Amino acid sequence: MSSPILEVQGLKKYFRTGRGMLHAVDNISFTLEQGKTLGIVGESGCGKSTTGRCVLRLIEPTAGRVLFEGADLLTLSKAELRKRRADMQIIFQDPFSSLDPRNTVMQTIAEGVKIRGHYKTPAQIEARVLELMETVGLAERLINSYPHELDGGRRQRIGIARALAVEPKLIVCDEPVSALDVSIQAQILNLLRELQKKLGLTYIFITHDLAVVNHISDEIMVMYLGQTVEKAPTEELFDHPVHPYTKSLLSAIPIPRVGANKNRILIRGEVSSPIDPPDECRFASRCDHCTDVCTASCPPLREISPGHFVACHNFSA
Amino acid sequence: MTDTAKTTTGAPQNDLILDIRDLTVHYVLEDDCVEAVNDISLQLKKGRILGLVGETGAGKTSTALAIQNLIPSPPGVIKSGSIMLNGRDVLKMSEKELEAIRGKDVSMIFQDPMTSLNPVFTVGEQIAESIRLHENCSDREALERAGDMLELVRIPRERAVEYPHQFSGGMKQRVAIAIALACNPHLLLADEPTTALDVTIQAQVLDMMLSLKRQLNTSMIFITHDLGIVAEICDEVAVMYAGRIIERGTLEEVFNHTKHPYTEGLFNSIPDISNRKAELQPIPGLMPDPTKLPKGCAFAPRCPYCRSECIDTPQKERMFSATHGVRCTAYNDPAFRIRREEIDS
Repeated sequence: MSSPILEVQGLKKYFRTGRGMLHAVDNISFTLEQGKTLGIVGESGCGKSTTGRCVLRLIEPTAGRVLFEGADLLTLSKAELRKRRADMQIIFQDPFSSLDPRNTVMQTIAEGVKIRGHYKTPAQIEARVLELMETVGLAERLINSYPHELDGGRRQRIGIARALAVEPKLIVCDEPVSALDVSIQAQILNLLRELQKKLGLTYIFITHDLAVVNHISDEIMVMYLGQTVEKAPTEELFDHPVHPYTKSLLSAIPIPRVGANKNRILIRGEVSSPIDPPDECRFASRCDHCTDVCTASCPPLREISPGHFVACHNFSA
Repeated sequence: MTDTAKTTTGAPQNDLILDIRDLTVHYVLEDDCVEAVNDISLQLKKGRILGLVGETGAGKTSTALAIQNLIPSPPGVIKSGSIMLNGRDVLKMSEKELEAIRGKDVSMIFQDPMTSLNPVFTVGEQIAESIRLHENCSDREALERAGDMLELVRIPRERAVEYPHQFSGGMKQRVAIAIALACNPHLLLADEPTTALDVTIQAQVLDMMLSLKRQLNTSMIFITHDLGIVAEICDEVAVMYAGRIIERGTLEEVFNHTKHPYTEGLFNSIPDISNRKAELQPIPGLMPDPTKLPKGCAFAPRCPYCRSECIDTPQKERMFSATHGVRCTAYNDPAFRIRREEIDS
């Protein structure tokens, strides 16, 4: 099971805006083996969600190749893409806008169940919907509820059940637990892991929460302003973070123990504009270690130890 | 019904900014009654930060709204209790008196800065609004003070003429904080103020709130579900479950001498990057339906230590120290210990 199920090469997505080209995703590459999880981490606007959507071709990328089981998704016709879509699902970030307000929980989940065709009679479909509802922790009595009657947490569970309904191979999880309560968050994370083991699912797990991604990922990619700044196996990234941004991101996570939140590296300012970014390190303006080379050119992604990539001028192995 | 008689008043009354006694808030619907807040008592001293922890539907926000007497009625009904803010009962005030204290004595920051700001007014006007209402001053003076407030939250005062959409999420939340602090309130209620923000921006906002607290000596109730944030900024903690405070005490007591099984469950279910090998142990099941709360302990169906007496005995608050109160029937057995405590000792 070590053949890559997904290979992404030089993925770019630029958006034309009134003020210039917005570089949302700028030259992202990665491979993902079946049954593994890649965590994509970064803050709002770093392009992690856009990357996830480009991979599924929900957004048409500007450039690059996305090979899913060897076939380039970006060259498929609409009809071919439609067939492949049953293998690829997404769980969205915002449970308020991702559900059809006119469909009940039953209708929303049943739609996916029917697509696969494993369950045919209305009774079978309902039983399957109830099973999925139970899996994601939705009370049975909610089966005929509409999204507006439910809170954010419950709505997000409908989204997860809906994705699982078509029995996909690859699921892009776009901040799937951010809206859930901690005790439920752990249930869902463990559930996603169990499902992965049982069904051999492959995940791209997009999140801003490094603590969460640690529990689910085999490999982590840290993004900043559309680019990969660091990529490494999970253990390696936590034990030996190299990029100044990764370090401050790690130190910003509040630790639930008394007196543990010391030595924080507070980064100054805010993310710079992604519109027509100059050819320099995109983190330079906020970086404490910034030197002249950093503003002279954009650092390439280099492998500094097996599987550990970093884009920083100031790192010398 | 309660056991608050045992609660030690501790510090002299004038030291307390907030004293909630036996507060019960229900939402009466056509067929059901949502028992949102059940018989809670809570004290907060001046200049302290209390972390009010709990999951969705635990009653945190209802508690915060009740403190301002803002429970929407109908369907909300305050069944019982008193809320002494600076020694005056908020629940007995007239609408006029309430208007005078809201935004002045007590103010609130909401979770989502994207929706809590008015898109058609400049941020300067929005900050000036409460200053103009509460302090006898001219429009120009109010706008001037609004500029000061912006600087206090580390935003250049020139930006007072801009509209909310021109600010990033972190800056919008800082504007919301500036509005809340504009009249230098005695008590600030912060309802998940950093939940919608990125971690590095959250770190900036928390850092700022802590330094504001030191500067202005504001008391705060910080509503959150993030125990990491609680560890970082709070002095005291109250954990809510199904409308009750099931454990309260100082930060040290609740974190290092955890007593309640639910609090323990919360700790076990959060990912901790300083202890990455630890398995996540979710609390099984869901919070009970607030329209059908059981007679006994509401956590009993999910509790790994549940005993038969827990099912039908109403929980009483037991004090383990002058400040550390726990509602757990299992402690009727003097030998009872939760696992977390055994590991720690």
